[in-house]
Amino acid sequence: MNFSEVFKQSNQLCKVSPDGKYLATCVQYRLVVRDISTLQILQLYTCLDQVSHMEWSSDSLFILCAMYKRGLVQVWSLEQPDWHCKIDEGSIGLVSSRWSPDGRHILNTTEFHLRITVWSLCTKAVSYIKYPKACQKGIDFSTDGSYMALAERRDCKDCISIFVCDDWHLLRHFETETQDLAGLEWSPNGCVLAVWDSCLEYKVLLYSLDGRLLSTYSAYEWSLGVKSVSWSPSSQFLAIGSYDEKVRILNHITWKKIVQFEHPAVIENTKATVYKEVEKRPAEVRDEFSLHNVTMDSTLFSTQSKYEICSLPVQIPAVKPDPDRANPKIGVSVLAFSSDSRYLATKNDNMPTAIWVWDMQKMSLEAVLEHTLSVRCFLWDPCRPRLALCTGNSKLYLWSPGGCVSVQVPVEGDFQVQSLKWHCNGDSVILLGKEQLCLCYMDTEQEEKLNS
Amino acid sequence: MPDSSQVKDARRCSVECGTPPLRHFSQSSLALPRNSQSLRTFCTEHNMQECLSYIKQEVSLLSLSPFWTELDDDSQLNVVAVLNCMYDLIQLHHRSLRTLENMEMEQLKLSSYVDNLKTNNTHLKEEVELSKRQNTGLLERERQLHLKLKSLQSSLKNEKDEVQKLQNITSSRACQYNHEMKRRERELNKLRERLNQLLADKKERKQTIDLLNNLGRADGKRSLWKTEKTEAKHEEEMYRTLLSDYELRQRELALENKELRKVMQQIKKEMVSILKSRKLALKEEKQELNGMQTASDDEENEVFDSSKESLELFCIHAREKLTNSIRLQWRRLKSHVEKLDSQEKEEMDRLKLEIQQCKDFIQTQQHLLQRQLSSPIDQDSASLQNDGLMLQEKMRLSEEWKSLEEQRRIFERERRNYTEAAIRLSHERKIFEEDRALWLKQQFLSMSPFGNSNQPHLLKSASALLITETEVGSLNASEMPHECQSVLVSQKSRSVSLTSSSTDDLESALCLIPENGSSEHRKSELFGDFNSLHENVPLRRKQWKESKDLSSHSLSEENSTA
Repeated sequence: MNFSEVFKQSNQLCKVSPDGKYLATCVQYRLVVRDISTLQILQLYTCLDQVSHMEWSSDSLFILCAMYKRGLVQVWSLEQPDWHCKIDEGSIGLVSSRWSPDGRHILNTTEFHLRITVWSLCTKAVSYIKYPKACQKGIDFSTDGSYMALAERRDCKDCISIFVCDDWHLLRHFETETQDLAGLEWSPNGCVLAVWDSCLEYKVLLYSLDGRLLSTYSAYEWSLGVKSVSWSPSSQFLAIGSYDEKVRILNHITWKKIVQFEHPAVIENTKATVYKEVEKRPAEVRDEFSLHNVTMDSTLFSTQSKYEICSLPVQIPAVKPDPDRANPKIGVSVLAFSSDSRYLATKNDNMPTAIWVWDMQKMSLEAVLEHTLSVRCFLWDPCRPRLALCTGNSKLYLWSPGGCVSVQVPVEGDFQVQSLKWHCNGDSVILLGKEQLCLCYMDTEQEEKLNS
Repeated sequence: MPDSSQVKDARRCSVECGTPPLRHFSQSSLALPRNSQSLRTFCTEHNMQECLSYIKQEVSLLSLSPFWTELDDDSQLNVVAVLNCMYDLIQLHHRSLRTLENMEMEQLKLSSYVDNLKTNNTHLKEEVELSKRQNTGLLERERQLHLKLKSLQSSLKNEKDEVQKLQNITSSRACQYNHEMKRRERELNKLRERLNQLLADKKERKQTIDLLNNLGRADGKRSLWKTEKTEAKHEEEMYRTLLSDYELRQRELALENKELRKVMQQIKKEMVSILKSRKLALKEEKQELNGMQTASDDEENEVFDSSKESLELFCIHAREKLTNSIRLQWRRLKSHVEKLDSQEKEEMDRLKLEIQQCKDFIQTQQHLLQRQLSSPIDQDSASLQNDGLMLQEKMRLSEEWKSLEEQRRIFERERRNYTEAAIRLSHERKIFEEDRALWLKQQFLSMSPFGNSNQPHLLKSASALLITETEVGSLNASEMPHECQSVLVSQKSRSVSLTSSSTDDLESALCLIPENGSSEHRKSELFGDFNSLHENVPLRRKQWKESKDLSSHSLSEENSTA
């Protein structure tokens, strides 16, 4: 495993191009584009204000930089550095900006979610979509980029509009049976749209591409409901994480629950392996040292850690959430399927130090990873069943069916891994600290040996 | 006698001057009976002295004053003293009567008291019973009430928990609503501010886009006008996507179904085969059942073999049948396996027992052997040698026996053939004799002036058939004699009883033929085929005899060694 040197970044804005060749980072108001293998700076662009959001176009030719405070969006071209594009939203303000799947339109959401303006970079034409819903996830593009689903609210009722991304033609518009729509997501095969209600009501609706209601699922009433929803990449399963600390899996044939995964505080009676992060004491400081000798080497002060396999029963430390606060820190908030749909990684908010890995073939718990600090981010390798996670310290944790490992990031200074991103070919991971970033190149041969 | 009269008078006196108590007493049952007869029985004129002495004794016992003087004779009695004595006695009697009466009173009182107590006792017992019953009833009630109390407590607890839960839910929901409300209020405030700002703001910045140059479309094509055609095209594309997805899914499901059906049928076949093999083993025991089962199996097999390949089994009926049949087979298999298990166990036990027995036997044998071995050494080697020799002999003998057996079998076969041949020969002979007789007759007749026309006719009679056969036979002369024999036998449909002819008979039968063969060439031809047989026969006979000798020899040997 090789680590690159540290580069600056701001706002956690660091993205790899869809074709995997370039790495774009934002440093304050500058946009830096590097070559991924050499990390040499290829292009440098200057924006008008601090960049709030940065996004690659789907064909890896353009980069969008949005500055929400100023209400500006600037688009840069990789091929033609001289080319420029500036979209000014004016008084109406800007809350979010994104590319369309074809990479030639930009969708800007105005302040107060008054409307979505669709800017065409081919014709300078403008289209408006009125009254989009301001919710957790109100807009989603299908995987092949041909359709866009948008949640709207009209006359105190939720509805969904399906647009054809080709020419922004409204294909379908239908009301949904939700009280307060919280989010929607296309299935990876683009034929089913999953829609879920806010946490006050447990309701998941499944609509077909042509707007027909296929099925409704509700596990229970009254208690807080759905917290997170995720499709499996094969479109076979829909995982629903809820506030009752359970994950329910629906199958795509009958849309009925096939299994329920629970996250108990005490794990016993299971064939899963429980890995616990154990910290080793730091090396002892020598007796004789002078000011010269003392080096501000982080490795001296940082603690080594490794995973140890615990024997059952194991108690996972749970934090009781404040009952008086809204959106309590309890329940399954993050669900992630591996690329082959074989594994599902979940995080239960009242056990923030643990990540649960479930085997979808056996429909049982595969492994539990417990750490010393709360897990901040975890993502699956896009190509193989390998999970990378970080807990806010200077370590990178990796899990695969063969085992798991904790790697210290050998970076000088204080580098705390806040989030991470995988490269699209799964060979490297981008680690993002507060103001820094670092690339970790996986030794694929070694990893494969480990896995086999 | 005067005494007695005196006594009588005294008594009468006492009676006359009787005081009321006396009368009273006299009325009581304890009073002496006014039967003067008893007086007479006690004392008579003859036993006066004895009576007197007796009375004296009694009086002295009762410690009354004596009524006689010692000096006096028995005949002299002091009347006063006697009267006193009598008076004392009477007093005594009265006293005793009184005490008796008292006692009777006491007794009555006591008995009535006892009765009273008894009735009291029964009353009390009844009361105790009643109270016991009441007690158990109360205990039962108490228990039931306890149970009820427990259930009510648990339901109360449940209700409390539920109430708590609902309270929690309500509070969390209230929290959520409040949060939401606050958020919306904040947003509303922001909107208001913005609106105010916009109203105040004179300059309205409009939306603008500034592009250096228009980009081409990503796919390079020209954009189309929005017409109904495009809309229709979009619809079409959407439905096509959906349909292709459904088709794909259906294909996958059909494949899966096919695989699963294959697996099911395989399982069914295997189960049926296992059951059938099992049934063959248990045939004798459960014939009827087997018949039924096999019949049903065959039925099912027929049904499924016919429909398996031809139809694609899309009908639910067939599918249900298949699953039901598999379930049935599975149950049968299970029962068979259970039976096998039990049988195995029994067999295991039996075999274990046998093994144990054999082990014991071996042990005893070894023991004996050791004992034998422990005897003097020179006997040892000799016996060992003998043993070895014996084993060798045994082996050789067994081999010889085997070979002899084989030979015997061959000889049996030959003998059968011989007997058949002999029988045939006898037939031939008979026919030949007849023929000869005829021929002689003919000769004789031919010698006579009459009967020439009959010759050819007669000739044809019996041996004509034979001639044709000999021709046939001569054709097949090279072949085994068996075949022509069989031909001859088949022609003659006479059933012959194959008597176990001894070798002597055979010999005689065979010997006959060469004698006759020289006269008739026809017959020689006919019997020429038998000649080969004849040649073989003596050889074989010899062999047989030899073998017989050998066998006898071996037998004798065996007898000697056994």
